[in-house]
Amino acid sequence: MDKSENTQKKPLSVFWDEFSRSNILVIILAVFTGIVLGGVLVAFTTNEVYDAFRVSFWNGLGTAIRTAWNTYVSLFTGSVGDPQRISRAFESGDPLAIRRAINPFFESLVQSTPYIFGGLAVALGFRAGLFNIGVEGQIFIGAATGVWAGYALTGLPAFIHIPVAMLFGALGGAIWGFVPGLLKAKTGAHEVIVTIMMNYIAFRLVDWLLKFPMKDPTEFTPKTPWILSTAQLPRFFDTPIRFHLGFFIAVLMAVLVYLLLFKTTWGFELRTVGSNPNAARYAGIKITMATVVAMTLSGALAGMAGANEVLGVNYRLLPAFSSGYGFDSIALALLGKTHPLGVILSSLLFGFLRNGARSMQLAVGVPIDIVSILQAVILAFIAAPAIIRTIYRLREPKHKEDLVTLGSWKG
Amino acid sequence: MAPVLELRGITKSFPGVLANDHIDLMVEKGEIHALLGENGAGKTTLMNILYGLYNPDEGEIFVNGQKLEIKSPVDAIKAGIGMVHQHFMLVPVFTVTENVMLGEEYVKYGDVLDRKKAADKIHEISNTYKLEIDPDAYVSDIPVGMQQRVEIIKLLFREADILIMDEPTAVLTPQEVEELFKIIHTMIDQGKSIIFITHKLGEVMEIADQITVIRGGKVVGSTTPHESSLNDLASMMVGRDVNLEVDKTESKPGEVVLEVKDLKVLDPQGHVAIDNMSFNVHSGEVLGIAGVQGNGQTELVRALTGLLPAIDGEIYLLGKEISKNSPRKITELGSAHIPEDRQKDGLVLAFPITDNLVLNTYYLEPFSKSIWLDQKKILQNGKELVENFDIRTPSPTTSAGSLSGGNQQKVIVAREFSRPIKFLVASQPTRGLDVGSIEYIHKRLIQKRDDGCAVLLVSTELDEVMQLSDRIAVVYRGRILDVLDANTATKELIGLLMAGIIPTEEEKQKLGSKQKQIRLT
Ligand SMILES: Nc1ncnc2c1ncn2[C@@H]1O[C@H](COP(=O)(O)OP(=O)(O)O)[C@@H](O)[C@H]1O
Ligand SMILES: [Mg+2]
Repeated sequence: MDKSENTQKKPLSVFWDEFSRSNILVIILAVFTGIVLGGVLVAFTTNEVYDAFRVSFWNGLGTAIRTAWNTYVSLFTGSVGDPQRISRAFESGDPLAIRRAINPFFESLVQSTPYIFGGLAVALGFRAGLFNIGVEGQIFIGAATGVWAGYALTGLPAFIHIPVAMLFGALGGAIWGFVPGLLKAKTGAHEVIVTIMMNYIAFRLVDWLLKFPMKDPTEFTPKTPWILSTAQLPRFFDTPIRFHLGFFIAVLMAVLVYLLLFKTTWGFELRTVGSNPNAARYAGIKITMATVVAMTLSGALAGMAGANEVLGVNYRLLPAFSSGYGFDSIALALLGKTHPLGVILSSLLFGFLRNGARSMQLAVGVPIDIVSILQAVILAFIAAPAIIRTIYRLREPKHKEDLVTLGSWKG
Repeated sequence: MAPVLELRGITKSFPGVLANDHIDLMVEKGEIHALLGENGAGKTTLMNILYGLYNPDEGEIFVNGQKLEIKSPVDAIKAGIGMVHQHFMLVPVFTVTENVMLGEEYVKYGDVLDRKKAADKIHEISNTYKLEIDPDAYVSDIPVGMQQRVEIIKLLFREADILIMDEPTAVLTPQEVEELFKIIHTMIDQGKSIIFITHKLGEVMEIADQITVIRGGKVVGSTTPHESSLNDLASMMVGRDVNLEVDKTESKPGEVVLEVKDLKVLDPQGHVAIDNMSFNVHSGEVLGIAGVQGNGQTELVRALTGLLPAIDGEIYLLGKEISKNSPRKITELGSAHIPEDRQKDGLVLAFPITDNLVLNTYYLEPFSKSIWLDQKKILQNGKELVENFDIRTPSPTTSAGSLSGGNQQKVIVAREFSRPIKFLVASQPTRGLDVGSIEYIHKRLIQKRDDGCAVLLVSTELDEVMQLSDRIAVVYRGRILDVLDANTATKELIGLLMAGIIPTEEEKQKLGSKQKQIRLT
């Protein structure tokens, strides 16, 4: 009833507000629980644990815990680095040894980069009420157009060639997003179905491009030529560290998406359409326009993920290069509550897990799939915060009213 | 004998709001207990506490003399308490039976749903309580009044003895309200007790045995319909003397602002909804459109605001033809629109109030410069309008969805009235609102009229149309049957026209000469 005067807000508070509303504690606990469960799973799938249990229960339990522990240690050293090795390297002063020791951390950032682009693509669409399942296909197309600009456009200086090649990637993805956007706006065709179809077209189209028009004639297997050095995203360290400019471009895009969504009239329109299309129509916003624009921008961001991979990491396009970045992006965008800041954080999580998983497999022989399971478990917990609240006896969120009104469907 | 239900000292605060402040309430068995209060008074909060959706900060609950801890709806149901929420909680793609069973499923052969057994019980309930319903109909296919019955059956199915109904009449047509009242009486005859939440005085007088009035989270009085009058209740509820009549002077109509010529509009199903309709609205007057719901009012409003295309005819706003214009063009010409469904069309519930207040002006100076929103100006605008239009909220940045209906409507009124407008379409502007808000919105509408705005008022509440209008057009099946002078029109005459009957001159003389009477709902 009383109008309390706690209305002063700092300009950046929206950034935090939107995000904190989703209850970060739940996310953190979900991650933690996922890790514990993952450990149990590792123990269950290791033969030595069973052997040890045959000796005695305590022996078995000890081995189980040790196995899980070792797994996570190698996950950590694989994704962040081995502290001992790092300190030894710094003592020795050998630059190559130092770079090798700190490489895991930077490699994780390299892995996170396409996730950021992809996650932003999904998040942007989501805010406008669109479920872009087609990120994977848009990544493929973006990689193809990006790599073409990388090897076919000659004679450009780097400071022009790089942006042009990135833009080509964005353009390719944009076209792949524009089509489902237009179909939705004009015919009402559901974007989920259309983007799934567009994925298959993209996969086969890129296969064909790699086999014929874009194939490097000097190679037997389908590969494109190497991109020119002027198109390569600059790396910040010597081998083996592959950390490159793409990461910062991705973060820049996150800031741009944030500004677009929350600080511009266009973002206002997109979010209005996404939250209540009827009210958007009432307010005179052109829904078809917003739908097409949102899908196109979403596709462009996804296309940049593809271009980023070929221009920053591989320097050429190989078949099946993306290995599911696009699909992971859907999950991590939701994990990040479709907020640019959240997307960056969850991209880092996914990137570190994915990178760590590889060395985990090498070091302790735990299959790489365990990380997929881990991701799945974490996501399941995020999706069902009630489980986490029950396990940890957290208080219910204050906004129960939301729950109540969710039950009504008249709107 | 102990009362079936007693609440003692219930207190609940939300950030910035003390929603319930030491509320005591006593309900006797077999009684219809009306809980009366303005929107935001704390009625829903109190009932949510009783139903276990919120935990109170303080206070005790006794059922049949026994102290109970109600931590969740499961506890409430166990104690025989059931609630029909303000917003129904049904699954549209389920049948009536499935919805009723939900959470209380009968099974056979291990875990196969036993729909038949449930349907039988529903049948039995609907016979006992005279609740007619088709158990196999899909909820999405049945009208709102029927959906409410499903909610009631759900409670009876779980054998609730104390039924809480949160503003059950807000979404019903007058006929459906009558039906509901019959059902309520049958339930009382069967030994149930009912807590009937409302802010409508007329209903309270008609149905309640006992009345508890709350205001600002506190109980301000207890009475019965015999001991008090409409005006007493209104003053108690609002906390000051209320003027139930609308004060207004003679209108001074000026030039024609809106001219509709031979308009023809189809509804989304392709049926003719507006059939060769013509009328004018002048500046400085209120033209009321009276009619039973579903006679083309919705389509008329949508056509005038650019949300539905006209297939024939013309609409002139200030001399400009607008029947092919976009909603934005029409808005920019100086037209404002209070939509009939505020939550569906008028607001983005997830957005803060501040953003809702610039929903159709966000792209203009001073709220944005080129493509950049000016958040400072938007916030400042929000603060001013919250103040000027008396929107009750803890903060201007609270989401619109957490406001009460009256305050949500005030957000819309504030937004539409804060720009310079020459024409206003107000569609069901006070539907589901409390006395205080109705009074307020009526006052603002008349103020706009006196400022020289042309007002088109569309309402299915005949009393509202008669109180506010200067001329009354009665619609029937998409046509205007007659336009009457509000000073001489009688309820009887309008009633005949609303039913599609055009009286002869003689009858008209007879009906027209009667004293004008206004009853409050
Ligand atoms: N979940 C909530 N969070 C914050 N404030 C709330 C919440 N629910 C209700 N309120 C506030 O509590 C007061 C009482 O609301 P409510 O019980 O819904 O009133 P009523 O049902 O009488 O219209 C209002 O000021 C409302 O804004
Ligand atoms: Mg309420």
